[in-house]
Amino acid sequence: MGMTVAEKILARAAGLPAVKAGDVVEPAVDLAMSHENAALVINQFLEIYQGTPLSPTIWNPDRVAVIFDHRVPAESSKTASNQKKVREFVANQFVRKFHDIRGDVGGICHQILPENGYVRPGAVVVGTDSHTTSHGALGAFAFGIGATEMASVWALGSVLNVEVPATIRVNVKGKFKKHVSAKDLILHLIGRLTAQGANFKVLEFHGDTIRRLSTSGRLVLCNMSVEAGATAGIVPGDTETERYLREEAGVTDPITPVLPDDDAEYDSVVDINVSKLGPQIACPHTVDNVKPIDQVAGRSINQVVIGSCTNGRLDDLAVAAKIMKGQKVAANTRMLIFPASARIFQQALAKGYVKTFMEAGAVVMNSGCGPCLGIHEGALGDGEVALSTTNRNFKGRMGNPKSEVYLCSPAVAAASAVAGTITDPRGEH
Amino acid sequence: MATVVYEIGDDISTDVIYPGRYMATVLPTETPQFAFADDPVLNGKLTAGQVPPGGVIVAGSNFGCGSSREQAVSTLKGYDLVIVAKSVARIFLQNAINLGLGVVMCPTIEANEGDELEIGATEVINRTSAARFPIVPLPKSRQAIIDAGGLIAYTRQRLVAGR
Repeated sequence: MGMTVAEKILARAAGLPAVKAGDVVEPAVDLAMSHENAALVINQFLEIYQGTPLSPTIWNPDRVAVIFDHRVPAESSKTASNQKKVREFVANQFVRKFHDIRGDVGGICHQILPENGYVRPGAVVVGTDSHTTSHGALGAFAFGIGATEMASVWALGSVLNVEVPATIRVNVKGKFKKHVSAKDLILHLIGRLTAQGANFKVLEFHGDTIRRLSTSGRLVLCNMSVEAGATAGIVPGDTETERYLREEAGVTDPITPVLPDDDAEYDSVVDINVSKLGPQIACPHTVDNVKPIDQVAGRSINQVVIGSCTNGRLDDLAVAAKIMKGQKVAANTRMLIFPASARIFQQALAKGYVKTFMEAGAVVMNSGCGPCLGIHEGALGDGEVALSTTNRNFKGRMGNPKSEVYLCSPAVAAASAVAGTITDPRGEH
Repeated sequence: MATVVYEIGDDISTDVIYPGRYMATVLPTETPQFAFADDPVLNGKLTAGQVPPGGVIVAGSNFGCGSSREQAVSTLKGYDLVIVAKSVARIFLQNAINLGLGVVMCPTIEANEGDELEIGATEVINRTSAARFPIVPLPKSRQAIIDAGGLIAYTRQRLVAGR
């Protein structure tokens, strides 16, 4: 029997000729990523070595990445002290893939890894962040783990006792209509699968729509695969993957895509035609509470957010800037924009998008995660409503359990910021 | 026998269990104070010491969905709570096993606050309603970690054995 992409990657990483769903393996890790929660990983890592004659040493510092993005610059002395502890640790352990709070090489981890070429097709990537699924966009098997699990990876270089997940094959065909994008596709899919429909499973994306989709769009799909519960989302590597890694990430060494076998065994198959898909909105307080925009259009919004590891890339900002050019953010609405990385921020400056946003009245913030999870700037007041291109709308997500968060694409966010209500960017279609 | 101390619905996210704004607090000894911080009733009972160790939270499906933050497990572990849920999200389940938090997957569980549960190897018996509910076993892949007393102990064993 043939293998899925996840099975092939896990077989290679475990040194086995073949594996199938349900097998238990210990894959070697190609990249282990953490952000500020490295402070907890360090604590657990040091505890592993207690009572042993061994000195705590990361198995291979070149395979570890640490990116500060959740609270940047530090919002409190507590965070600053955690960041200081991590900074000292990575220096002592010779971790060179370290991205501090900087305006040149800083940014959100799920953009920093791709744009620096840290992730390749076929790699096993783990991260102490649930949206580590993002990196499946480059054909890797990438999944989120907890801090203690990461401490174990730092010590041993492999993930212990991983059950090979079954795979749901998602075939996507058709051409997106204007102002409809990867975000609408993944929201639609999550609505169909439900928030736990892919729990313990992999989503493997195929079809002509996916082949035409840029790496930026693929990152959106894989980023939010976890919102259907998926262990990982994967777009098998292809010519676009190679283009991205060569042209945008500066990778020069060989790139070998991993493709599924023709007779790979899938848990189930989902077929989607996007040619008639319109803008989708995830309504409070679960990501699978997805409705076509018509059903929620007109809802007043207090804050619009464009950015994050989901939709803070250059093409997202381009779509928003085009809609907002010469327009103004509505009087009773605030608009926050935070690019996914410092590099993207600089590109947006060069292209004039930042000027467009600021002239419209939006606040352009430094790259970081803060507003998405209500931990650093952009919190909501009691009874307020936010419309956001981020990935979660759980109760309390943006820092206030008495507020509401709706999720959407950058096009919907931009059109809605101008109107002050949830607005279809297609106008009277 | 264990007492149900709270009943909670479906899709309880890590943002509800341990709100993001407390994530700068990382040490397992310091996280319990923020358990269900946005739920004043439950947080109040926990922090006031009104919940005895071994108390059960009965939850619906997809408990612990969302973030990989381990604080969502350590905060519950701090009170030695046991979670009996219809289903549990993958990362939360993995973190729970790694830290030794009691989690029981029981797809048909029906229980109310105050009910007495007997949690066995294959079923949960609600002694108050006299109903029995089958348990979905934990992934067999994680048994070695449970047997070692958690992932830190297990990794330590492996590390020492490998050198």
